[in-house]
Amino acid sequence: MSGTRPQNSDAPPVVAMHGVRKTFNPGLPTEAEVLHGIDLVVQRGEFASLIGPSGSGKSTLLNLIGLLDWPSGGDYLLNGVPIGAANDDTRTRARLDTLGFVFQFHHLLPAFSALENVMLPGLMREGRFTEAGRANARALLTAVGLANAADKRPAELSGGMQQRVAIARSLALAPDLVLADEPTGNLDTQSADDAFALLRRFNQERGCAFLIVTHDPRLAARCDRVIELRDGIVEHDRKVLAPAQSGV
Amino acid sequence: MRFEWTVAWRFLREGGAQTVLIIVGATLGIAFIVFITGFLGELQRDIVQRTLGVQPHITVKPVEEVARALRGGIAEPGDAAARGTAAGQVLADIQPRGQRLRSIDQWQSMVVRLRENPDVVAISPLVSGPGLVTRGDSNKSLAIVGIVPEAYAQVTRLDKKLIAGILRVDPGDVLLGRDLADDLGVEVGDPVRLSTPNSTGDTYRVRGIFDLGAKNLNQLYAFVGLATAQALHALPGGVTSIDVTVTDLWDAQRVAADLGRSIPHLVESWITVNKQLMVALSNQTLMTRMIRVTFGMVVAIGVASVLMVAVVQKTREIGILRAMGATRSRVLRVFLLQGALIGLIGAVLGCAAGYALGRLMSGLLRSADGTQLFIARLDFPLYAYTLLGAIMLGVLAAALPARRAARLDPAEAIRM
Repeated sequence: MSGTRPQNSDAPPVVAMHGVRKTFNPGLPTEAEVLHGIDLVVQRGEFASLIGPSGSGKSTLLNLIGLLDWPSGGDYLLNGVPIGAANDDTRTRARLDTLGFVFQFHHLLPAFSALENVMLPGLMREGRFTEAGRANARALLTAVGLANAADKRPAELSGGMQQRVAIARSLALAPDLVLADEPTGNLDTQSADDAFALLRRFNQERGCAFLIVTHDPRLAARCDRVIELRDGIVEHDRKVLAPAQSGV
Repeated sequence: MRFEWTVAWRFLREGGAQTVLIIVGATLGIAFIVFITGFLGELQRDIVQRTLGVQPHITVKPVEEVARALRGGIAEPGDAAARGTAAGQVLADIQPRGQRLRSIDQWQSMVVRLRENPDVVAISPLVSGPGLVTRGDSNKSLAIVGIVPEAYAQVTRLDKKLIAGILRVDPGDVLLGRDLADDLGVEVGDPVRLSTPNSTGDTYRVRGIFDLGAKNLNQLYAFVGLATAQALHALPGGVTSIDVTVTDLWDAQRVAADLGRSIPHLVESWITVNKQLMVALSNQTLMTRMIRVTFGMVVAIGVASVLMVAVVQKTREIGILRAMGATRSRVLRVFLLQGALIGLIGAVLGCAAGYALGRLMSGLLRSADGTQLFIARLDFPLYAYTLLGAIMLGVLAAALPARRAARLDPAEAIRM
């Protein structure tokens, strides 16, 4: 669980999309193509942001990458395996094994303590709460600075703390890629900086790739790569120079 | 399944007042189902026992005698026309025979055979025939019944129905019903005269007075010793019927049919003899069943609607669970389990409350003679069925909400 994962240059990219399209309400008068052929490759360990104005298709693209929605066309390979047209159970299993999610409104389960929330993915995979899972969850909570809040319910935590728990949870099963949808959109500046710093740190320490959707150009500028979406196509895709200094 | 159990349990606990209310509702419904079921069973048993008086569960009697025409060919009147116009035709006028008092052929060996049946609990041979009881100027006609007191008490609980004297019928002793004793103005120790068509009669001493709970029954019987009755009815060594008690009152019909196949005599259960009573009881059972089904449905609908609301309330949480990697079938099971848990908890509490209610009501409800109308019993099969039924009902009620939860689109659910 700990340590940097080997950066094997022969390993397939985490995400490889070619000509992916998404049409809503196909065949109806309200039919609308939101994504018009997206080509996108996310390498292992990348720290990328996805920006663009409202309605540019950011969330739709994130849902497709996150296997929460089916593409209308094109190819999608996750870790080199075609997954675009796979059935729901296969995709659900792939989400559990390879992806982590951080949402804008943190979405912790209120019935579980902070620690249990972080243990949930493990419970899902193992079918029970294991000691290893508990130790791992504790380590993650310590890493996000919430070792003392482990037994608190989400309702007892501030928004920033909840988001840090959600970040810890997204990393519970050491995913290859964490998808973060406006992870700081709902936080004050200080909490937002803390949360972003955490994402950056986990990226560097654990070698897990991040794709962060954000409205905030300041945050986007602190990523290694900025992917800009406009009207359903990738308009700009550029590497940012010397990101490490600005990130932490 | 541990994941499903954990999440289902937490969701229920998180439901707070909502969960408490539905469990209270389920408990009340199930408590009434348990109470009505137990109450009705006991009440009907009581009604039957009171109505039957000294009628046994099963009676073995000699087969009725039928008249047979000596000339062959027209034994059955219905055949006469069909037989047509053959020469030498005889038109017989067959009169049904009067049924005289007869003994059961080889009744001793029948008793042995009856005992072999595992459903048979008690057997009592008896001699019963018409007679008169006389004291001074007053005559009353009645049935003079010869019994073996110990055996008869096992079948009819006559010992429990004595209100004066003792259950003992030595030669010269007689037991009378309360109302008859009042009519004749006799008490324990007084003499009465018993006579039958076959005997000019003799003087007997009243040894005990019984109360069968109904006036006509109390006026109908006089009990004497078996040998005495055999002499009075001119049936030396014989018995006119054998009374049989079986383990389950409601099973009497089947046992009677079984016995009827192995014994060359007429075997009748109380159900055959008391058709009206049985019809009334069946209707009562039907009504109660409808009430129980309605209660069950109300509970199920309550569970379904609460879970439906819970699915809507937890849309985001379901979405996040799906995104994290919970399959549709897992989400489905989480909600089915919640239904099962509500059913289980409701059934456990409901059985306890139903039993308590039964205890309470058995203390409150009294019959006309002041005895308990029914006795609340710990009916374990009933509780086991209730538990099983409630869990199944809960799962069934959760089916619709669970399907809805499982079908939620995670992307949309999270956006909410």
